[in-house]
Amino acid sequence: MQLALFIIFGVLAVAGALNLLLQRHPINSALSLVVVMMSLAVLYWSLGAEFLAAAQVIVYSGAIMVFFVFVIMLLNAGEEERTTGSRAAYLVGFPGAAAIFCLLSFVFLSERRALGTTNIGGYLNHLTSNISEISTVLFTKLLLPFEVTSVLILVAILGAVVLARKEQ
Amino acid sequence: MIHLTPFQTFLLLSILKVVVVLVITLTSVAYTVLLERKVLGRIQNRWGPSRTGPFGLMQPLADGIKLFLKEDLMPIAAERPLFLLAPIIALTCALISIAVVPFGGMQTIKGVEMFNIADLNIGLLVILGITSIGVYGIALSGWASNNKFALLGSLRATSQMISYELALGLSLVGVVLRAQSLSLRDIVNSQGAHGLLSWNFFGGFQFVGFFIYIMAAYAETNRAPFDLPEAESELVAGYHTEYSSMKFAMFFMAEYANMITVSCVASLLFFGGASSPLGHLLPADFGGPILTAIFPILWFVLKVLGFLLLFIWVRGTLPRFRYDQLMSFGWKFLLPLAMLNIIVTSLIIALRG
Repeated sequence: MQLALFIIFGVLAVAGALNLLLQRHPINSALSLVVVMMSLAVLYWSLGAEFLAAAQVIVYSGAIMVFFVFVIMLLNAGEEERTTGSRAAYLVGFPGAAAIFCLLSFVFLSERRALGTTNIGGYLNHLTSNISEISTVLFTKLLLPFEVTSVLILVAILGAVVLARKEQ
Repeated sequence: MIHLTPFQTFLLLSILKVVVVLVITLTSVAYTVLLERKVLGRIQNRWGPSRTGPFGLMQPLADGIKLFLKEDLMPIAAERPLFLLAPIIALTCALISIAVVPFGGMQTIKGVEMFNIADLNIGLLVILGITSIGVYGIALSGWASNNKFALLGSLRATSQMISYELALGLSLVGVVLRAQSLSLRDIVNSQGAHGLLSWNFFGGFQFVGFFIYIMAAYAETNRAPFDLPEAESELVAGYHTEYSSMKFAMFFMAEYANMITVSCVASLLFFGGASSPLGHLLPADFGGPILTAIFPILWFVLKVLGFLLLFIWVRGTLPRFRYDQLMSFGWKFLLPLAMLNIIVTSLIIALRG
């Protein structure tokens, strides 16, 4: 059952990502990105991280992607023209992507012990709430990084306010 | 008698629950429209629909037939796939969130809970997530129909829904702090101890949170006084200007289904959900097992009906906001107030515990 979920939504995520690259209209690409994020949320949930899944849906597909769509609508971006692409991209891009893929899979396979394994859906059955565990870690062990991050976001908000302010 | 494995019983009972809940929700959507037209009529000193059937009770059926038989227009300049997808997203998101609502007491048959389609430990977050996905239906409908009024309406609706989502989410934190859980069943159970007095609204001192929630919820559902996205005098009909026949009906149903969901959540979080206001004045097994199962549903339906009437009353009473008023109200008043509510609630909980 959980394996079926994993396969369905894994395939959906990859298909959405490919569609994102192949679509010519920006709004279709943005919507494929939403599909990718939603399927990632389901994968997180099937790994037992239900809070992460909900946060992914609410923050990424619910808020950030809505703004993407919003901006595309306001700018009235048209269809992009298809070009053959530069030679450098073909010469460097494909081998580079293959190299990164090989490197990552080598690291994951050789460091399998150290990274640990997880059971697909193994945590779905018992009803521990990982929200309380996340918040305990966040507010004791990781308090400083957490607060520093919030100050960082505050700075970004202040920057946005300064930029958007009317000229006197 | 065929013996079924636990998984098969779970599957069969779940399908049964989904079908029953879907039918009841769609029927109540249809009759909420009638209720609104009747009550608005009385508020404005007229009769409302009264010709179709006794007291106009067949009016939803007649409306449904009319919408089915109308010509389904498709604008030439519309972005076809997205134009078709938008009403589907809107209606689906409006109907899915009812799945996590517990609308009765804790009754199990063969280990399957009867009055709740799915009891999730993040039920509240699921509702918030589905609401935030529902924005796409409105955003895409305006853009895909290639119409200035529709685009303006959908831009208004999207920015309004994103802005008020923050206040909505933050207003619920006080309740979550008190219940120490995000599961809607746990939140209801945490209010069931002394009837009316232990509800979050009265005993939990969450009335500030409740008023923020109800105002943000009116904005989320695009209802009066925040119905700027479909302001007839400015935007024809807003984001669904180009839609006709069943596609228009889907937006219409989505709006009323959202109203019902919001009322359900308000009664679950602040008014004890399916728990009785009388507390333990009545004995727990009052009137046998069947009545014990029915009474919580009755209380729940009464509370939801009360909220629906409030929606209609507000629509009949308050004039529409201006757009800048709406935005400054949401960002400069509701959001800080919701944060203050969180701080005060957590301080009190910390001092007590």
